[in-house]
Amino acid sequence: MSKVQTGNFSNSRRKAILYKYSQARASSKTVFAYLLLTIWGLLSLMPMYWMITISFMNVVTLLRMPPKLIPDPFTAMNYIRLLSGSLLLRWEFNSAVIAVTNTLISLFVSSFYGYIFAKKEFPGKKFLFWILICTLMVPFHVVAIPIFLMFRDFHMVNTYWGLIIPGIFSAYGVFLMRQVIKTLPTELVEAAKMDGCSELQIYARIILPLSKPGLAVLGIFTFVGNWNDFFWPLILLNDSKIYTLPVGLPTLQSQWTDYGLLMAGATLAALPTIVIFILFQRYFLQGITVGAIKG
Amino acid sequence: MKSAQIPPKLPILLRSIKKSLWIYLVLIPPFTLLMIFTLIPIAKSFLLSFQNWSFHSITWTGLENFFRLVNDPVFFKALQNTFIYTIVVVPVGIAIALALAELIRPQPPAVQTFFKSAFYLPAVVAAVVLVLVWRWIFNANNFGLLNYLLSLFNQGSVLWLQDSKHALASLIAMSLVGGQGGSVVFILAAMGGIPVHLYESARLDGSTRIKEFWFITLPLITPTLLYLSVMGTIGSFQLFTSIYLLTNGGPNYATTTSVFYIYKTGFQDFEFGYASIQAVVLFLIIMGFSALLFRTLSEDFEY
Repeated sequence: MSKVQTGNFSNSRRKAILYKYSQARASSKTVFAYLLLTIWGLLSLMPMYWMITISFMNVVTLLRMPPKLIPDPFTAMNYIRLLSGSLLLRWEFNSAVIAVTNTLISLFVSSFYGYIFAKKEFPGKKFLFWILICTLMVPFHVVAIPIFLMFRDFHMVNTYWGLIIPGIFSAYGVFLMRQVIKTLPTELVEAAKMDGCSELQIYARIILPLSKPGLAVLGIFTFVGNWNDFFWPLILLNDSKIYTLPVGLPTLQSQWTDYGLLMAGATLAALPTIVIFILFQRYFLQGITVGAIKG
Repeated sequence: MKSAQIPPKLPILLRSIKKSLWIYLVLIPPFTLLMIFTLIPIAKSFLLSFQNWSFHSITWTGLENFFRLVNDPVFFKALQNTFIYTIVVVPVGIAIALALAELIRPQPPAVQTFFKSAFYLPAVVAAVVLVLVWRWIFNANNFGLLNYLLSLFNQGSVLWLQDSKHALASLIAMSLVGGQGGSVVFILAAMGGIPVHLYESARLDGSTRIKEFWFITLPLITPTLLYLSVMGTIGSFQLFTSIYLLTNGGPNYATTTSVFYIYKTGFQDFEFGYASIQAVVLFLIIMGFSALLFRTLSEDFEY
């Protein structure tokens, strides 16, 4: 490290100086950058803004053009109609059961097998890990038909099990946790072994607590992924009582599309993941790159 | 000491296998699941390709599905749509992400985090939700947002999704707006790994922002850009949700993609055999791209 460093300044200090220097030289350029970023940011967030706004409009105002930026009159009627006249709460419950169950399973399974592939040496490990990585590359759409036919034979159509079982062992999760656990010092594991800890104790008392940030990343990605999943539930479920939110939402529209109702449903479907994102923003932004193959 | 023989390899191997026996036992359940949910279904997809499935009878039909496939204009139309979509969305999306990241890079950390979050937020919202909002934006009647904006410029309404000339372009535009969050974060992470002294010395030599971007930033983040383009391509090949909810593949197959056609053949027409041979072709194409991913990134791949 010190060999590379040529001056007395730390990297962040140099960045700050460089930043000031460029500021002085190009403050008009900075304004321009902010302007562009803001415009694109507003454009990206625009669909969500309209979703929330429209959900509070009544049938008359939402058809009026130009659209009002703030609902006037402000009404919660769409939500009341939605909650009293549709299965939305039921779908929200189904989605929550599936997403929470799959997340909990994935946290334990992925961290345990991530530990084995990160810290254990055994003949054939590289080959088994290679198989794991290969299955990561198989798109689900390709295997959907045989899995559906199999689940139909086992009467798992329209059941929670059908949505839980395929996600029990996630190659992505194991890969991600392996990357995280690999960075933990192996000496810790060896020291614990010296003290007579069993493998299970090492996993539960040392690996799990130390890989909390990785578990957070895996947990939120698994939850959001399951909450938003569409293709597989769409195939597997045809009983509206067992629908998850993404499958149920589009069925809300009747003959002529009732946008107020639809957007109220969309808002309720999007709310949990948006809240999770705001709460765990740091993990999201750091975690995206952890799961990359090049790690 | 000299006489000590090199121990034969086999007993050592056996001993270490015996020592890690518990690991193998523990690995049986997950790999059984991998077999059931990945390897066997792939094999079964290949088998189904040679079969004709109706609800209760299975008949072997040899290459019939194959001949039907090569004579099916819809299949090729779907491939073509998928290619067009991918060829536009992946490069343009990465170019936008690159521009955004380059604009964010010189800003103070708090501002960086703010914009990263703003760009990433749409990625956590279900595709179904966003697509339903876009349905309102694209509405063909004069109460759609886009057609209202056109009317401000005295333009007539456009059938964004119902006209085969515009439908695919509309879907492409929809994916490009707000779809860069992940890429921006990736590119910024790669940019953050570039040593500051490179920029410093370039600055001393009187370089400009544009030159720095072209000669320092771009070459050093090329692996990341490659990774993003291959992953983006694999993702684009699986485009389904917006087609299913907005156009149902129409008008006149203008927006039918490969995965949508597989879905339609398999789960609406219940021709599982014919759907499977399409899935197998898609599988082979995606495997080709994945092989590319491994080749281009193999230096960075650490075991």
